[in-house]
Amino acid sequence: MIARARGRPGLKFNATFGVAVTGALILLAVFGPWIAPYDPLKLDLPSRLSGPSPQHLLGADEFGRDVLSRLASGARTSAWIAFATVAFALILGIVFGVLAGFLRGWVDRVVMMVNDAFLAFPGLLLALGLIAVIGASREGIIVALGLAYMPIVVRVVRASVMSIREREYVEASRVMGNSEIITMARHVLPNCVAPIIVLATTMFGWIILSESALSFLGLGVPPPAPSWGNMLSTARPYIGQAPHLIILPGLCISITLLGINMLGDAVRDWLDPKM
Amino acid sequence: MLVPTADNNTMLSVRNLSISVGPSGKRIVDGLNFDLAPSDMLALVGESGSGKTMAARSIVSLLPAPLVTTPDSSIHFEGQELTGLAAKALRRIRGARIGMVFQEPMVSLNPAVTIGEQMAEGLRLHGAMSRAEIKDRSLAMLERIQIKDPGKCLAAYPHEFSGGMRQRIMLASVMLLKPRLLIADEPTTALDTLVQRDVLDLMVELTRENGTAVLLISHDLGMVSHYVNNVTVMCEGKAVEQGSSTQVLHAPQHDYTKRLVDALPKRSAGGSRKTVDGPPLVEISNVVIDYPGRPRLFGRAQPKRAVDGVDLTIRRGETLALVGASGSGKTTLGRAIVGLVRPASGTISFLGTAIANDRSADARAQRRGMQIVFQDPYSSLDPRQSIAEIITEPLKLDTELDRKRRTARMDEVIEEVGLTRDLLERFPHQLSGGQRQRVAIARAIVRRPAFVVADEPVSALDMTVQKQILLLIRSLQERYGFACLFVSHDLGAVEQVADRVAVMQDGRIVEIGDRDDVFDRPRHAYTRALLDAAMLIDRHFADGAGARKAVAR
Repeated sequence: MIARARGRPGLKFNATFGVAVTGALILLAVFGPWIAPYDPLKLDLPSRLSGPSPQHLLGADEFGRDVLSRLASGARTSAWIAFATVAFALILGIVFGVLAGFLRGWVDRVVMMVNDAFLAFPGLLLALGLIAVIGASREGIIVALGLAYMPIVVRVVRASVMSIREREYVEASRVMGNSEIITMARHVLPNCVAPIIVLATTMFGWIILSESALSFLGLGVPPPAPSWGNMLSTARPYIGQAPHLIILPGLCISITLLGINMLGDAVRDWLDPKM
Repeated sequence: MLVPTADNNTMLSVRNLSISVGPSGKRIVDGLNFDLAPSDMLALVGESGSGKTMAARSIVSLLPAPLVTTPDSSIHFEGQELTGLAAKALRRIRGARIGMVFQEPMVSLNPAVTIGEQMAEGLRLHGAMSRAEIKDRSLAMLERIQIKDPGKCLAAYPHEFSGGMRQRIMLASVMLLKPRLLIADEPTTALDTLVQRDVLDLMVELTRENGTAVLLISHDLGMVSHYVNNVTVMCEGKAVEQGSSTQVLHAPQHDYTKRLVDALPKRSAGGSRKTVDGPPLVEISNVVIDYPGRPRLFGRAQPKRAVDGVDLTIRRGETLALVGASGSGKTTLGRAIVGLVRPASGTISFLGTAIANDRSADARAQRRGMQIVFQDPYSSLDPRQSIAEIITEPLKLDTELDRKRRTARMDEVIEEVGLTRDLLERFPHQLSGGQRQRVAIARAIVRRPAFVVADEPVSALDMTVQKQILLLIRSLQERYGFACLFVSHDLGAVEQVADRVAVMQDGRIVEIGDRDDVFDRPRHAYTRALLDAAMLIDRHFADGAGARKAVAR
C-alpha cells in the first residue's frame, strides 16, 4: 500500500502514519502483558498518585498501580472491544443496508422501520438497556454497542446502494445475465466501499469513547481490569493532583484515533482506481 | 497566424488570447484572435478539449482555478480592456452587458429558487427598478418566449419544466437585461432535435430584436452553418480556420476542418445496404409499458404510459432504428426487450420463443443472446473494474469457457473494436469517451450475441468519434451478422446505420419503413417535423435553403 502510494505525498504520509500507529496498537494488544513491567492489578500504595519516576516510568494511579502496565494491558481490552464492535456493526449494517437499498419494496420498509425505531433512542441509552439485559461483560459490551451503532451503518449503506443501483453499469450486469446476488456483490458493494470505510474508522473512535462512558456509568469493562476508557473516567477526581492519569490514556486514545482515521483514508484512496 | 483586420465597427476584439494552466503551464488556448461586430454572430467550433469553452469563459473572467490568461492577451469590449479588470468592474459588465447561457439547463438553474426570483435577480442587481416593474418585465419576457401561463411560471420551480423549457427560461432571464453580447456555450447540446431547433430559433429572434451580438460555442458544424455566418474552427487551443460558414463547410482548407466536415452525417457514409430479408429474430407484439405514478399523500397518481401497444419485428442481421423525441418511449421499449423494464402486458419473443416477463434464471438464460450498449460510456462501465475485467465478465457465465479461452476471446475482441491490448490493465477513467464506448461495445459483442440494443450509443461523443463508432458498429455487424435496434433521436446518425426506421411518438409507432422511404418520402407529419428539425447537411445543400441564416448581410 505504501509502495503504491509513492508519488502522492499526502497519501504516503497518511499510509505510513496509519500503518505505524495501527501496527503499534496491534503489537501492544498482543504483547502488552509481556511489555508491561508490572502486573496491571498489583497495588503499590506508597507510590500512590506519584508522577513518572525510574520505578514507575509513567507514574502510578490512585491505588499505586503502574500506569504503563495498565495502558499496555488496557490496549488489548480497548482495541479488541473497538475492533469487534465495529466489525459487528458493519456486518449487520451492510447486510441490512444492502438488502433494503437493493431490493427496496417491503423489505426496505420493514428494515427501515426497525432501524428507525433503533435510531429513535440515544445510542448510549440503548446500549445501557441492552447491557442490562445481556450483562456487563466484554461480549455484552460488544453486542450492545454494536447494535447501538448498527442503524447508522444501515442508513449510510442503504443510501449509497440506492445511488449505485441506478448506474448503467449495474444494468449492464443484469443484461449480461448475472443474477441479482452477483450484480450486488460484484458491482454495487465495491462501489460503496468509500463511505463505509470512512464510517468504520470514525466509528472506531466513537466506540472507544462510548466504552469509557459506559465504564463511567459502571457498566463498562468491570474494574479492576483496565481499559483506556475506564482509566480515563476513574482518574477524573485526581485531575488536580495527578494530571498524568488523565493525559496519558487520553493521548493513547487520540493517537490511536488519528492513526486509524489516516489508515482508513489511505485504504479508501488505495482502493479507488481513480486516485 | 490568422489575424483578422479590425474595422471600426468592432464591439468585441480578442487579440492573442492565450490561456495556460498556471502562469507558466501548458497552454490550452494559444494565440486566438477574433472580432465580433454589434448584433453579429460568431461561432467557435471544435471538439471537446479544443479550448473553445475556456476561450469564451475568459472573456468574462470565469476560468476555473488553475487556468489563467497570459499577460499578453487582450480582450477589448466596447472600448474597454477586460483582461486584468478588477472584480468589481467585471461584475458590472457580467450579466448587464455580457450575458451567458450554459450547456446544461438541468443544472444551470438553481433548483431551490423560483423562476421569478431567478429572473429578477439580474434586474435587481443591475438596474434600479421597483418590484412591480421587475415583475412586469419578467411576465412580458415569459409571454414573449411563449410560456403557457407566465404568472404561474414565475412562482414555479425549475424541476417543473422540461430541459427545453428550462433552456428557454434561462435564455429569457439572460436576455431580460438586454446585454450587448450573449455567450452561448453549447446551448442545445443536451436537448433533442426538435427542441434544439426551437431554442436556437428563439435565441436568434431574441438577440436580433435587442441588437445583441452572439458568440456561439458548439461542436456541431452542421447546426452552426444554419444560423451563423462567421465561424472560427479551433483545434487544440489554436484557431485553425476562420471564415464564412459556407466557405468552411464547402471548401475546408485545414486538415482538421476537413475531418470535421467529413464527420458530419451523410447518408453515403454508411454505404448503401441491400435489404436484409432474414427470418424474424425479435418479435414484439402489443407491448404496453407503464411507469408507476408519483406517490401522493394517499395512494399514487395515475401511472404514466410510456409505451402504448407496440408491435415490432426485428429480422436477423438488420439494423432497425427507433427514432423519436425524448419522452416518446423509444428508450423504454429498448430496455424492455433486454429485460430491464417489465412490460405491463404484451409479449416479447426472441429466436422464436416468448420470454417470460421476469428475471428468473430461465428468462436470463434466454436473454443471453441479446446485449445492450448504453448512451453514456462514463456511467456504463464499473469504475472499479479494469478494462480486461469488464470485457471478460460476460464470458464468466459461459461455463464452457475456461480462463485461457476467455483471455483469447478478449484479445480477439479488443482488436476488433479497434483498441490496443495495453489498455487492458487500465481503468475506465483513464480512457477517452470514444475508447470507453469501444469497451462498452466490446463487452456487448464478446459473447457473440444475435441481437444488440444500442441506446443512443453516440450522442455523448464528439462528432469525429461518433462517425468512427458508427462505422465500427457497421463493420462488426457485417462480420458477425447480429441484428441491432438502434435507438436514437439523432437522425444524422440513424441515416448512416439504419436499414429500416421506425418513428415513435407518445409511446406508439407512427411510421415504419425502409430507410430511404422514411427519409425521402415521410408520410406522417411527425416524421416530417423531425426531419425538418434535424439540420442534416445533405438536405441543407439539396434545398439550397440559406433562409435560416440569422444575419444576412
